Amino acid sequence: MKEKIDGQKVLGLYEKMFLIRKYEEKIYFLFLEGIMPGTIHQSQGQEATAVGMLYDLRKEDYMTSTHRPAGHCLAKGVTVDSMMAEMFAKKTGCCKGKGGAMHTGDISVGAIPAIAIVGGGIPVAVGVGLSCKMRKTDNVVVCFFGDGATNEGAFHESLNAAAIWNLPVIFACENNLYGASTHIRQVTKIKDLAVRGDAYGIPWEIVDGNDVIKVNEAAIRAIERARNGSGTTFLELKTYRRSGHSRNDACGYRDKKEEKEWFEKDPLTICKNYILEKKITTLQKLEELEKKVLDEIDNAVEYAKSSPYPEPQDALTDVYFEGGK
Amino acid sequence: MSIAEALREAIKEEMRRDERVFCLGEDIDVEGGFGGAFTVTLGLSKEFGHERILDTPISEIMIAGAAVGAAMTGMIPIADVQYGDFLFCMMDQMANNAGKMTYMSGGTVKVPMVMRAPVGATTRGAQHAQSLEGFFTHIPGLKVICPSTAYDAKGLLKTAIRDENPVVVFEHKLLYGSKGNRAEKSALSPVGEVPEEEYLIPFGVAAIRREGTDITIVANLLMIYRAMEAAAILEKEGISVEIIDPRTLVPFDYETVINSIKKTSRLMIVEEDTRRNGWGAEVAAQIAEDAIYYLDAPIKRVATYDVPIPFAPVMENFVVPSAQRIAEEARKLMNS
Repeated sequence: MKEKIDGQKVLGLYEKMFLIRKYEEKIYFLFLEGIMPGTIHQSQGQEATAVGMLYDLRKEDYMTSTHRPAGHCLAKGVTVDSMMAEMFAKKTGCCKGKGGAMHTGDISVGAIPAIAIVGGGIPVAVGVGLSCKMRKTDNVVVCFFGDGATNEGAFHESLNAAAIWNLPVIFACENNLYGASTHIRQVTKIKDLAVRGDAYGIPWEIVDGNDVIKVNEAAIRAIERARNGSGTTFLELKTYRRSGHSRNDACGYRDKKEEKEWFEKDPLTICKNYILEKKITTLQKLEELEKKVLDEIDNAVEYAKSSPYPEPQDALTDVYFEGGK
Repeated sequence: MSIAEALREAIKEEMRRDERVFCLGEDIDVEGGFGGAFTVTLGLSKEFGHERILDTPISEIMIAGAAVGAAMTGMIPIADVQYGDFLFCMMDQMANNAGKMTYMSGGTVKVPMVMRAPVGATTRGAQHAQSLEGFFTHIPGLKVICPSTAYDAKGLLKTAIRDENPVVVFEHKLLYGSKGNRAEKSALSPVGEVPEEEYLIPFGVAAIRREGTDITIVANLLMIYRAMEAAAILEKEGISVEIIDPRTLVPFDYETVINSIKKTSRLMIVEEDTRRNGWGAEVAAQIAEDAIYYLDAPIKRVATYDVPIPFAPVMENFVVPSAQRIAEEARKLMNS
């Protein structure tokens, strides 16, 4: 790792990643307890991609996400309370109970409600980028998608369009090796997905997606290009999900040796070791920071539990825009 | 003024009024090109530049998705497809994103976009011919409009552009009045008066195209004109036909239809969309639920047969409702 990153920033990156990890773990246990309806697609193991990519964005910048959106949304600034309440299907949720886990978002902080059709958010990100450019802002868009999405037509149409129009869109491919249970090797001939950028004339980088500092450095380069009008970048962030694809997935399709190798490269452990080795802070201080995060999550659970459910008839509103109430 | 010109006027006025409005689509104003498949956007880049009249790659998923993304974040895109059939290529974006985003976000996100699509059978074979109104009326969250005159085309498109929701505009190839090498051989190209001063036409207000006392015909787009032709034939036989153009399918003006059948006691629905589960089926069902006691005869649907549109004119003319077929069905309805 390079030394130039500010120690306080590393702590900030760690704190966000820790929040995501513990939020996801809390959701997992609450889900097992049967408290939450629906299904879950969790992002443990992929905290570094979410936080590294989004840490330097402004509130006015945008992010599009996928069926696995919790990390992205927390990193973009959606509140833990409103996300937790949405998971509990409460009226106070970030989507008023109408979205659920797979559509988590809050446009007021630039988190476009997550689009859970694989590849479906990529053309939307092109439109958001077009809007940023046409409105003459220097805002940018980070567009997350998985390895599986790179075989969707929407991916190819979108990269091509963003390239020809020089849009401020950063395509962030979280390559966690699996589309549900299918290994990327089984469905894609090329070794590195990033090289697909060449097909569209888009600069690309392959990044260690479990090293938050490396992800963040690549993100800063791409954000700078996007802000100054130099256009699109494609980043392939190599990572791994610690969880299953969705609920009740024991990952029987994964090689145990592969799992072991990746689990040893845990993004939180890597970052924590860095902090302690560089003596950015003490273990005690770090644990205090962690305690604060855990309290925030516990408070969010209380908030969600004590929040009201929507009325059944609320289902009939918001089909059309009613003024953003 | 032709419908193509009226649509162009609407786009022009709205783009002048609001700098958030822009157009995107394939071949919409390339120098020396077509100005869209039916000339609607021809020449607009002269005034507005190519940034706001944005020619795209042949990438329908991207066009629709980009329209959604731009609309969600402060712009008002007017996207189009060259032929309505291409809407199928972008169905995920239209149904899952355009139609659901406001709802999924708990009403916090708006998607003020317009998607224009030419429909209608015009001897191009099955993939440049389908009328898709029925598909889109079935998708919650979208509005669906179908202007059949120049006056309506301008007033409804302006309303669509100002609507804060996604609006799909179905336009008919034989009604545009496109000129030059984009002219259609068998086009009707109705020309209509369009006032100088600004006007908007609200959604959900039908127009009575012809007054009559014996049968109410509800029809849209080209079928309005076919029904008018049929009505002229029937008039000579002593059958008086009232013709209602709903103008917008979502929302739909049931009140005007019910008021008409109170008078005529007979209802026929004519659509160029295929019959099975079409918008006409929905209208028939709704009238049956709400107003069946005003009727003295079963509701009659006249629609394109449930086949892909064939190429041979002799077959195409057979499957799409003609004035003769409408008249024949009307006679049967009078006797039932």
